[in-house]
Amino acid sequence: MSDLALEHLTKVYPGSETPAVDNVSLEVESGSLTALLGPSACGKSTILKMIAGLLTPTSGDIRFSGSSVLRQPPQSRDAVMVFQDHLLFPYLTVGENVSFGLKMRGRPKEEIASAVREILELVQLSGLEKRKPSELSGGQQQRVALARALILRPKILLLDEPFSNLDESLRLEMQALLKSLHTEMKTTMLFVTHDQEEAITLADKIALLLSGRLRQYDIPQNLYNHPKDREVAQFFGARNFISGRVEAGKFDCPLGQIVLPENAPADGRLLTIRPENIVIGSGARSDNSFPATITSKKFLGSQTRLELIAAEQELSALLSPNTAESLQTGTEVIIQLPRQSLWVLP
Amino acid sequence: MKKHIQGSNARDNRERGLSGLAWLSLALLISWLILPLVPLGLWSVSRSWFFPDLLPSSYSLRAWSYVFSTTSEVLPALGQTALIALGSTCISMIIGVPAGRALGLYQFRGKAVIEILILAPMIVPGIAVALGLHVVFLKLGLAGSVIGVMIVHLIPTLPYMVLVMSGIFSNYNPAAEAQARSLGANPFQAFYYVTLPAILPGLIVGSLFTFLVSWSQYILTLLIGGGRVVTLPLLLFNFASAGRNDITGAISMIYILPGILLLLFAARHLTGHNSNIEEMHRI
Repeated sequence: MSDLALEHLTKVYPGSETPAVDNVSLEVESGSLTALLGPSACGKSTILKMIAGLLTPTSGDIRFSGSSVLRQPPQSRDAVMVFQDHLLFPYLTVGENVSFGLKMRGRPKEEIASAVREILELVQLSGLEKRKPSELSGGQQQRVALARALILRPKILLLDEPFSNLDESLRLEMQALLKSLHTEMKTTMLFVTHDQEEAITLADKIALLLSGRLRQYDIPQNLYNHPKDREVAQFFGARNFISGRVEAGKFDCPLGQIVLPENAPADGRLLTIRPENIVIGSGARSDNSFPATITSKKFLGSQTRLELIAAEQELSALLSPNTAESLQTGTEVIIQLPRQSLWVLP
Repeated sequence: MKKHIQGSNARDNRERGLSGLAWLSLALLISWLILPLVPLGLWSVSRSWFFPDLLPSSYSLRAWSYVFSTTSEVLPALGQTALIALGSTCISMIIGVPAGRALGLYQFRGKAVIEILILAPMIVPGIAVALGLHVVFLKLGLAGSVIGVMIVHLIPTLPYMVLVMSGIFSNYNPAAEAQARSLGANPFQAFYYVTLPAILPGLIVGSLFTFLVSWSQYILTLLIGGGRVVTLPLLLFNFASAGRNDITGAISMIYILPGILLLLFAARHLTGHNSNIEEMHRI
């Protein structure tokens, strides 16, 4: 049984016509690290707040280990939320902040003291108990916020864009810390992010939300390589969409006949290939090779983007700058669309 | 550590080094506030003081013994004044904190109108409002009662409380309460440990204003109290208009006491070194 299940969860804010969260059903596996991914204002934080009990759903159900928690107030739910701005209590020291939850539960002093020591060691903040939050760095503050939630050993830890206010190197450090804490404590974690890279590197599974709807819930590789529809593909940076239809394992389109991988859906109307998977060469023609003309070339730093046109079909390719060096705008090239990199969308 | 101590010494020295102009203006301000009280103090211990003498020609504690005697109304009036001021402070807290929160945190239709209405008692003369209210209070049976006076004191005091609290709440992040709830605090615990420490400085300032404004009300107490509710300002006015300068002086000394005490108390809390607040909420 899963620790957390959302069933047809819907939230319509008062005064708004369109639901912020629209009929989302999701089962989060016990002990997994799951990302709720989506652009800003797609309803992902709303879902988190409903799970924590800070917002009441308009309809639908939230179940922890099979039983509905809708009637439980936030303080009795076995789910703790960590907010984007660490929200440490400024009047309290680090130790008091971390022990806040246990104190509210009326646990004995000795138990709290040893739990605080243990958790601060886990987030590498030993010895800072007496500091005030204002005396800590941004990364340390976020560690305290994590420790303050984890000390309660919740069944589910909810993280609302926990690292988005940190700079790049600190964010990587905190991501690594979260990953190791997850491995160590085996808490079911659900974190919200708008950063697809963060979701892909951290999460066991990603739930992609677009305008309040759950669009795809899968392992990161599948979202990236086998998107369910055009919008999901576009969210992950796909730019090449070729119209046509599938016929006997081949895709019939203005370019010609393109051989598909065996596992491709048989009823699609749109062929997609990620820009970085297009192979450019001028040599002999092999499978799925077509002549194309380079229409523009743009240096992007670690990669170079080529815009191509092949039989009136516009395509976009990403190459390493070395490979792209000899290619000039206007040059005729042969492009190859490797069979295993192709995917068909409805 | 040593370096840190030196650093704080240097800062203290800088703060101590007031310029001549600053000293002068400080002296002027203090004398402006203190000097008018000197004759009152002298009156309270004088037996005879006639124009154009600079000082009383003879002294006595007559006025003070009257003030503290069981036959005078002064001590009961002191208690009554304190009760009314405390009461209206409590009521204005109960109304002012939620109202200030609504105005400071949320945008809603008609907010501008409400803000102006809250300021209205500061613009409209209190006596006009009180005359109108008197009829209503008579019907409700509140005229001539302590409760009625407490309620009518809200007219001049509530705007201070609401304005101070809405200022405090406009810099307040309510997500902190959500965080506390999620960590296991019930609504009361969340208020006590998270909201209260954040709004306490404003609450103290607002309460001080409320208390002192209520403490010095004359017209509203007279009209609504109808002579049955006797507070210090009423007594003070009676003795002053009867020409009893010695007793007026003695009552004045008692009358200004809470103001001075409260300001000293508040100064300790509002200079940023609010260690007591922190102690109170230490968990």
